[in-house]
Amino acid sequence: MGLLDFVKKVEPDKKTKPFLHTLYDGFFTFLYTPDHVTKNGVHIRDGMDLKRTMVMVVIAMQLCYVFGSYNIGHQHFVALGQHMGFIEGFHLKLAYGLMQIIPIFIVTHVVGLGIEFYYAYKKGHGIEEGFLVSGALIPLIMPPDISLWILALAVAFAVWIGKEAFGGTGMNILNVALLARVFIFFAYPTTISGDEVWVAGLAKDADGIWTASYNWFHTGLFNGLFESFGWDTFQPGRAMADGYTAATPLSLAFQGGWENVTSVYSPGQMWWGAIPGSIGESCKPFIIIGAIMLLVTGIGSWRIMLSVVLGAAFTGWLMNMWGATPFMEVPWHYHFYMGSLLFALVFMATDPVTATSTNTGKFIYGFMIGVVGLIVRVLNPAYPEGWMLAILFMNVFAPLIDHYVFEANVSRRAKRTAVVKRVAVEESAEAVSGGH
Amino acid sequence: MPILKNGISKFLLLFLFTILTFPAFAQSSGDGSSYLQMGMIAVVAILILGAVLQIADSLLRVEAKNLGLDRDNTNFSLFPSASEIFKPKTPDFIDQAQRVVNLDSGFDINLAGEAEKEMRLVNPTTFAVKPADFVGMSPIPKVLVEPGHEVKAGDILFFDKKRPDVKYVAPVSGEVIAVNRGEKRAIAEVVILADKKQMSYRSYTAPDLNTTAREDLVAFLLESGVWPMIRQRPYEVVADPLDIPKNIFISTFDSAPLAPDLNYVMMGKEVAFQKGLDVLGKLTMGTVHLGLDARGTQPAPAFTQATGVEKTYYHGPHPSGNVGIQIHHTSPISANERVWVLGVQEVVTIGKLFTEGRYDAERVIAVTGAELTTPTYINTFIGANIDSLIKDNLNNDHVRIVSGDVLSGKAVEASGHLGFYDDQVTVLEEGDEYEMFGWLLPLAPRPTISNTYPNALFPSYKFTANTNTHGEERAFVVTGQYEKVLPMDIYPQQLMKAILVNDYERMEGLGIYELSEEDVALCEFVCTSKQPVQQILRRGLDMMREQG
Repeated sequence: MGLLDFVKKVEPDKKTKPFLHTLYDGFFTFLYTPDHVTKNGVHIRDGMDLKRTMVMVVIAMQLCYVFGSYNIGHQHFVALGQHMGFIEGFHLKLAYGLMQIIPIFIVTHVVGLGIEFYYAYKKGHGIEEGFLVSGALIPLIMPPDISLWILALAVAFAVWIGKEAFGGTGMNILNVALLARVFIFFAYPTTISGDEVWVAGLAKDADGIWTASYNWFHTGLFNGLFESFGWDTFQPGRAMADGYTAATPLSLAFQGGWENVTSVYSPGQMWWGAIPGSIGESCKPFIIIGAIMLLVTGIGSWRIMLSVVLGAAFTGWLMNMWGATPFMEVPWHYHFYMGSLLFALVFMATDPVTATSTNTGKFIYGFMIGVVGLIVRVLNPAYPEGWMLAILFMNVFAPLIDHYVFEANVSRRAKRTAVVKRVAVEESAEAVSGGH
Repeated sequence: MPILKNGISKFLLLFLFTILTFPAFAQSSGDGSSYLQMGMIAVVAILILGAVLQIADSLLRVEAKNLGLDRDNTNFSLFPSASEIFKPKTPDFIDQAQRVVNLDSGFDINLAGEAEKEMRLVNPTTFAVKPADFVGMSPIPKVLVEPGHEVKAGDILFFDKKRPDVKYVAPVSGEVIAVNRGEKRAIAEVVILADKKQMSYRSYTAPDLNTTAREDLVAFLLESGVWPMIRQRPYEVVADPLDIPKNIFISTFDSAPLAPDLNYVMMGKEVAFQKGLDVLGKLTMGTVHLGLDARGTQPAPAFTQATGVEKTYYHGPHPSGNVGIQIHHTSPISANERVWVLGVQEVVTIGKLFTEGRYDAERVIAVTGAELTTPTYINTFIGANIDSLIKDNLNNDHVRIVSGDVLSGKAVEASGHLGFYDDQVTVLEEGDEYEMFGWLLPLAPRPTISNTYPNALFPSYKFTANTNTHGEERAFVVTGQYEKVLPMDIYPQQLMKAILVNDYERMEGLGIYELSEEDVALCEFVCTSKQPVQQILRRGLDMMREQG
């Protein structure tokens, strides 16, 4: 009990230092489950609580983090024409990738948690753990080269206006992580769309040629470390490889259809994820492992996942039937290989707060996300990806879908009692007439 | 007919769609056909066929209902329902002709400390009747006895001034030793020190069931003091004598954690039980429904051979034994209807009033829980003193004693008394300790419905539960959890939200009348956000009851 006594001794006083107390309370409940016992209701409670639920989702995402960090480095070096094999230059790629993602992760959490802590202090309740999942999702949906100040603004917008203004955890209408991304999409569109943003670390030098750009951490710290081991080092100023296109499979499909995509990337490459894109969305097997984890633990709704898949597949098939543009002729099953479809349907669409709450509603909600998202992806003339917009759109409609499901329940109940009343009236009429 | 109108609008939509395929045909590669057009025509054809089948099916079912053939929920439609195909196997002791309801939602909590089927000899000294056990009772009823009075079993103790005809009587004979008061001078309990040697009973002349009118029967039941054993749904208050209930429901098995086995309890009481059923049959304009256990062991002959009742077998996890669930699946109630519910031992007391002419408040209580060294059954009376029931049986001092089951029982002190309607005492460990990283790496196994624990791999493991909340109260986040453990056509989370915002119409529309606290107790158990669901429901029910 030594640690517990020590931690209790340093507790700041609730009245004189309320903000510190809120902070302390947050970390204390992270360390220890509180000693509250049940009152006025059930006497035993399930061992599951919100912290555990959120942590399971974060754990399901970790494989995407591992792969995504490494992939940042891999794409960077493939662009420079160095270390073309996936495992070649492992130390360089890992170092580079971590150097990109760790600041993004830290900025996301500091800004987001800071706002959450402030609001918990203001409202006088404990720090709620809704941001654990959003904060883990936001780095995975950002381009690797995102400016940290833009990221901070986006996270502040998402947490402040998207969540706290509505009442905090469990009260938001729109998905918080997607709000951060959509803020950047509309306010700083060039940093999140186009062909050049999906590979990190390339900048135009004085002659207008794309070259590798490193900072002190790469050239000073890591190069020194790697040289002492006799390994390869970062080479600043190296030009981008000839004939390299940093385009993602989606933008290639948009320009020229499936043949254009397969001329640069093979389906196997797209499946295993060695392609440029947002940080966490590329490795499909790891996303599927995450999906299986969420399904087995019962935290992710299988209804939403299944219906998004069905909606996207159905719309893709309809597009194939129509075939008006080359993009429409991309076979419907290959749509799952490209872009963030799989990631969005596993982690974003299944957010229980913003999705519909009824089981029937979940089927409708997921199906519409699939349909709308694929339509935006294929028919949008400006931007070849639609999941963020589709999910936010359906988030707005989720209460409406639920409303109609509830109305159906209410009218079903009214009909049940009306039938019962009618039968009862008939029976009593029979009894009266039969008795004489 | 609404079905046809629905169908016509569907056809119009399809017609529009087919027209829209013609421009696509024009854009096609020109080899004479467009896949899209062919596809649309095929879809239209299939949908027309489906609509025709649906209309035929609906017509069949409507006709069956009009002819009155649909009494026992047989499937008259063209298509087999999914539940018919995937029905679990019914146990052998159930006749094919019996009605069996399979409930697929719910959760059985496996706790350690089940009572062994033997009677322990215990003589509690004091018995009490607590006005707070009766929902809607005014806090200060009119008490007719004072400390020092001698009472016989069946003598009137108090009555509610708002309903003076319902009398509350003494369960045993003896001397009234205390009329304890609680907050704001409310009467907390009337305590009787039982006669050690012989019980003396108040004498009654029970009326003849075949010749008495209903009103006289009701008056006799009111005066004799058994009326508080009859509760009504909705609201779970003591039944109103002026009502004529639509049906009377009795659940003959309790599926709550560690609940007593009512088959064992009913041994030797078949005659009194049947008499009680006969009495109840006279009180309702519908029928007396018995809910029997189809989960495995054969129910007692008192239940299977009861006459004059409609029997339904229920198969499924808890809360299949809750009478509210059974009402919903047999004959659901609406806002204006009244249904009466009783427990099995209460029916026996009513029966004994007629067979033996006295108020016999005998109860078989199961004393259960992992903190007891030997959990057993005890033969005693209503309102027995808790301390005598669990004396010398505890292996832990820091416990919580619950009168009733862990889900909907009330916490009592050792000096307190058993609740009027309770036939179980559960003793739990008080879990007021901090657990390091308890939410991430729980060290002690705990009952849970979640698959994030390895519990699913050991389904027969019996847990030692404590009273820790395992987390703090949060807003509603996870959805679909409550529906998994409530086998009714109700959206419980939305109902809770409607109660929290005092939306009367929504509450009524969503079916608050069909629920009682014990039905949503399991929802409260599984709630990830640790919401006080039973309290919210009680608030909603009180709001509806006050509104009238």
